[in-house]
Amino acid sequence: MDQAVATAVGVLFSISTLVLLALGLAIIFGMMGVLNLAQGEFLTLGAYTVLVATSHGLSIWAGILLAPFVVGSIGVILERSIIRFLYGRPLDTMLATWGLSLALVGVMTLVMGPTTEGIATPLGSFEVGRYGVSFYRLVVIAISAGAALATYLALRHTRAGLIARATMQSPHLVAVSGVEPQLVYMATFGAGAALAGLAGAVMAPLTGVVPTMGLAFIAKIFITVMVGGSTVLVGTVSSAGVLGLVESAVSYASTPMYGQVAMLALAMVLLRLLPNGMSGLFRGGL
Amino acid sequence: MLTRRTALFQLSAASLGLALANMPQRRAEAADEIVVGSLLDSTGPINIYGLPMVDATKFAIDDINSSGGVLGKKLHLVQFDAQSNNQLYTQYATQLLLESKVAVLMGGITSASREAVRPVVDKYGALYFYNEQYEGGVCDKNVFCTGVTPAQQIGNLAPWAVQEHGPKFYTLAADYNYGHISADWVKAYLQQAKGELAAQEFIPLDVVDFGSVIQRIENARPNVVFSLLVGGNHIAFYRQFAAAGLNKKIPIVSPTFGLGNEQIVLKPEEVEGLTVIYPYFQELDNETNKKWVAAWRQRYGADYPYITDSANTVWNGWHLWAMAANKAGSLEPAKVIAALESGLSFDAPEGKIRLDPQSHHVVHTVHLAKVNDKKGFTIFKSIENVEPSDTKQVCDLIGKPDQHTQYTPKF
Repeated sequence: MDQAVATAVGVLFSISTLVLLALGLAIIFGMMGVLNLAQGEFLTLGAYTVLVATSHGLSIWAGILLAPFVVGSIGVILERSIIRFLYGRPLDTMLATWGLSLALVGVMTLVMGPTTEGIATPLGSFEVGRYGVSFYRLVVIAISAGAALATYLALRHTRAGLIARATMQSPHLVAVSGVEPQLVYMATFGAGAALAGLAGAVMAPLTGVVPTMGLAFIAKIFITVMVGGSTVLVGTVSSAGVLGLVESAVSYASTPMYGQVAMLALAMVLLRLLPNGMSGLFRGGL
Repeated sequence: MLTRRTALFQLSAASLGLALANMPQRRAEAADEIVVGSLLDSTGPINIYGLPMVDATKFAIDDINSSGGVLGKKLHLVQFDAQSNNQLYTQYATQLLLESKVAVLMGGITSASREAVRPVVDKYGALYFYNEQYEGGVCDKNVFCTGVTPAQQIGNLAPWAVQEHGPKFYTLAADYNYGHISADWVKAYLQQAKGELAAQEFIPLDVVDFGSVIQRIENARPNVVFSLLVGGNHIAFYRQFAAAGLNKKIPIVSPTFGLGNEQIVLKPEEVEGLTVIYPYFQELDNETNKKWVAAWRQRYGADYPYITDSANTVWNGWHLWAMAANKAGSLEPAKVIAALESGLSFDAPEGKIRLDPQSHHVVHTVHLAKVNDKKGFTIFKSIENVEPSDTKQVCDLIGKPDQHTQYTPKF
């Protein structure tokens, strides 16, 4: 019984991290069609924000709160300076964002150093029978659910969300209605970057913070978003759910390596059967 | 429109550009200098081991030069950062041997990197020092391994852990040659000590999520977790283990923890009491070490995080080679190897060490220590002059010199 609870927490944790990591790219790719290969580096920037915040005496929660704003602003700056010239040119965007990724890793190595840094996981643990469960994992699950909910509410029930969805469908009509599409793109990219920053900040106490940490996550993020398809929330959450479930189930049954293999195998099968990703299974939806 | 003129112009511009880009930076070598090579990782996940080793290399070269150099000449160091990438190890080793024509090559950190360099060294008949703790067994006329080996580490750590904590072990090892071979040694020494192995798991070097691993450990309820984890990504295990509250319930022992200054990255509450075993600790109380640490701090700053065993091993490697080259009166690999096999001993920061002629390995005194609350270690037991028997019992490079292989334990 207690093993079931511990395992359930572990599986939920796996799914939640995938959701949180992939939500940023889901917005950028799902809504704007931009293949942002620098998404992993936005994550790393978020992790470093927490690191810098804690080394200046702020609490880790302040750092996690600060990260989306910092990385969101950086995202806006990058969108204005690089990305906006490449809309509608997916291959060029991939090349540019790949170069951006290398440049960001280089800058972070120069500024922060190439050594792995650490932040202790806050909050300690509690017992479920004879299994120890870290409180922080529950916090991550909560933050991930909160981020997904906030994105849903923003897109569905606010005027800004309505404008964003409208711009993605038909920029010309939106322009005619008096809203500048360029501003919408800028804000959307910034939001995607901010979510990546939040994800990185949340992951920082769980893994070592190093300039190349984005590499460990970028493949999973892309796979989750591709399998999810074009709807931002329904696609990402269902994709993360299925992939995360398989990965953690197989990991718990054998080793993490087989978990990764199983997740990738499932992704291949799903992409073959569902060309539009998981979004193809749902009619409409966000 | 592409005319012949523009095509010719563009082609010649391109080839000139390519030629300029690939021109090697050749510094005019003074006639009174000896070129030596070092190949270590300053970046990437293995740099947690590499950075102190790079610092030790520079310190050792300067020390040798200030005491007269080798054969009256100063050493000129050419070093590359292999960026934790084994392909670069092979590439840069070839470059150092063929282009820079180094008198000796020292480097490699992970066993995978050493095995990427060794064939190159054997192909060109060069002299190579591997100055790092590893899984033992390398039996190669051209190679000297100055680091500590399983007979010295695991051979003493495993029986102590069985005595102190209990017979049931759970082994976690990094998933590459070092992890697999060392895990075999753990099995062997555990069997000798009448212990039992609950399970062993191999974790790839890029894994950061240990949730499932920790749960399986909880299921198995071992007396001891024997950790052979390696690299920056695996530090996450100790963090997640402590986050689940297990660091207070199941003791961890490790022959690799601390080599990458993990005890500095992690908080004391997370790893206090973790037991390790090495020939060198910064806290060692002998005269040579006290002077060495002081000189190191003066050179690299009083707030240098921690001087690792790898740094001590690198220092020893360079000094042993310089001693042998001076003794041989020549830089020719064959002559220096003969001098190295003449039974050298050296007053190292770890204490007096002896280079065993037969196995090309070093006899170490090892110390058991626990992580303390000052981001360092407290030594509590010492075992003197442990022979590298894991290699020595299968490798005799004096009786059978033409060997270029690595022996692994068979069960």
